[in-house]
Amino acid sequence: MAKSIDVSDLNIYYGDFLAVQGVNMTIKARAVTAFIGPSGCGKSTFLRSLNRMHEVIPGARVEGKVVVDGQSLYGPSVDPVAVRRQIGMVFQRPNPFPTMSIYDNVLAGNKLNAKRMKRAEADAIVEKSLRSANLWNEVKDRLGKPGMGLSGGQQQRLCIARAIAVEPQVLLMDEPCSALDPISTSAIEDLIHELKTDYTIVIVTHNMQQAARVSDETGFFNLKATGEPGHLVEFNPTKKMFSNPDEPSTEAYISGRFG
Amino acid sequence: MSSTTKEKPLAQEAKPRVVTSVGDRVFAGLTLGASLIILLALASVFIFLLVKGLPGFTKAADVYGPRASSFFGYVSPLLGGTLIAAVIALIIAVPLAWGIALVISHYAPRFIAVPVAYLVDLLAAVPSVVFGLWGVIVLAPQMVPVFEFLNTYLGFIPIFGGDDDVVSKSGRTILTAGVVLAIMILPIITAITREVFSRTPRLNQEAALALGATRWEMMRLTVFPYGRSGMVSATMLGLGRALGETMAVAMVLSLGGWNVNLLGPGNSSIAANIASKYKERSEDLLSVLIATGLVLFLLTFLVNFTARWIVGRSERKMASA
Repeated sequence: MAKSIDVSDLNIYYGDFLAVQGVNMTIKARAVTAFIGPSGCGKSTFLRSLNRMHEVIPGARVEGKVVVDGQSLYGPSVDPVAVRRQIGMVFQRPNPFPTMSIYDNVLAGNKLNAKRMKRAEADAIVEKSLRSANLWNEVKDRLGKPGMGLSGGQQQRLCIARAIAVEPQVLLMDEPCSALDPISTSAIEDLIHELKTDYTIVIVTHNMQQAARVSDETGFFNLKATGEPGHLVEFNPTKKMFSNPDEPSTEAYISGRFG
Repeated sequence: MSSTTKEKPLAQEAKPRVVTSVGDRVFAGLTLGASLIILLALASVFIFLLVKGLPGFTKAADVYGPRASSFFGYVSPLLGGTLIAAVIALIIAVPLAWGIALVISHYAPRFIAVPVAYLVDLLAAVPSVVFGLWGVIVLAPQMVPVFEFLNTYLGFIPIFGGDDDVVSKSGRTILTAGVVLAIMILPIITAITREVFSRTPRLNQEAALALGATRWEMMRLTVFPYGRSGMVSATMLGLGRALGETMAVAMVLSLGGWNVNLLGPGNSSIAANIASKYKERSEDLLSVLIATGLVLFLLTFLVNFTARWIVGRSERKMASA
């Protein structure tokens, strides 16, 4: 189920503006890869290019290659909708569908595949996904209630349950804890640890401690100067990154002596 | 002991210090005045209809002319005509308006969406007399072949049925009036639905897309549920406008009695009937006409309250979440 991702010479544009330049990396399967870097350095943009969510913005486009399991995501015959069904995403702010119950929120992705599900089958998917997201015990008695009635941390775990209900190959997380309190954050971090046995996880975070806690490998993005495109400065195992980075600018950023 | 002595002067000081500025007071007065004027206008219209119209309910049958023998018999075909024209208008305008709104808010690139939105708004600025003229002179003759088609192929439905000679030769029927009304209510429905569609939170739309929704599935998952109350209230506003529209309907329709067949002459609406008859200046007829106006007033009130209730209900449902 889990797949690795090979990125080569990826340039990402908003219209004529080059936002991210020349990224090369290999994201390992069944591991957590974290991206850190200052605001505006392009790490979220890069993340969104991994499941073709980048091009949702008018004028946005990509040059270069992203290959998942031998299959190029940006090949001419590849449907972005199919890509997104394989590569799930969790956003910065929890975004359950406001008009749907908890139950329907979890199943939203499965229902898109248009195949009719038996009630028992649907129940099983909901329970499994909510259990994987460590939310089952909190919501099992109110599955019919609206998803918006949950706390922020619970909503975010509901979004994770929704994303993994379709059993994607890769799970992208764009600062999934930045809108959450420390307790919810720690719940989500535990969850990331558990999920990596089944999924390839890529996470963008502003919190370097979080990157150090949850990830196996870390990429550091930076801007050469304001107005210049962002680029990947260093990509290494997290342990090495936080103890003995190759690049002086990585060390400066991690130790807080930035700029 | 010391605390009580301390509190006292504080409380005294707080009391007279109510901060008000002249600007605040003037503004509060103006807004209050404006809202009272609306209430006053509505109340005075209602009282006028009640006072002048009540005698009309019991006027002798010879006042109405030959077709009806009681007030109820007089007003119900008119009410029926009003509703039928409005419903035809809604059936045509609502899907069209929602479609246009979707194109403007989600499908078309900006350089097309902006002028299209502007053109639709411009449609609202065309006077209803102009729509009426256009309906009579341009649209009505064009409708005749359409009527014949409907009569030939959908004649098994009673509203399109009947022999060939039932079909109006001038095209001036309630169906034509409904089409004209549809064009007239298109702008308001489009404008409101466009607004609610474009306010769908970006986050929810991205959530749907990231799950692998196609653009249409994304709309079904996020845009429609989010905009539902707005879509309903837009429709109801359009209905309200269609019910009350006078000039275009009066001009398009050739006056006649009640006719179930949409393709034949006849039928009228309350508003159009008032407009075409009030000049006859008989006191009795006038009070009858005002009474029909009262019926229309109550109908539109009912429609609007229903709309509010529906909208409020779905909003309460969202809020209780």
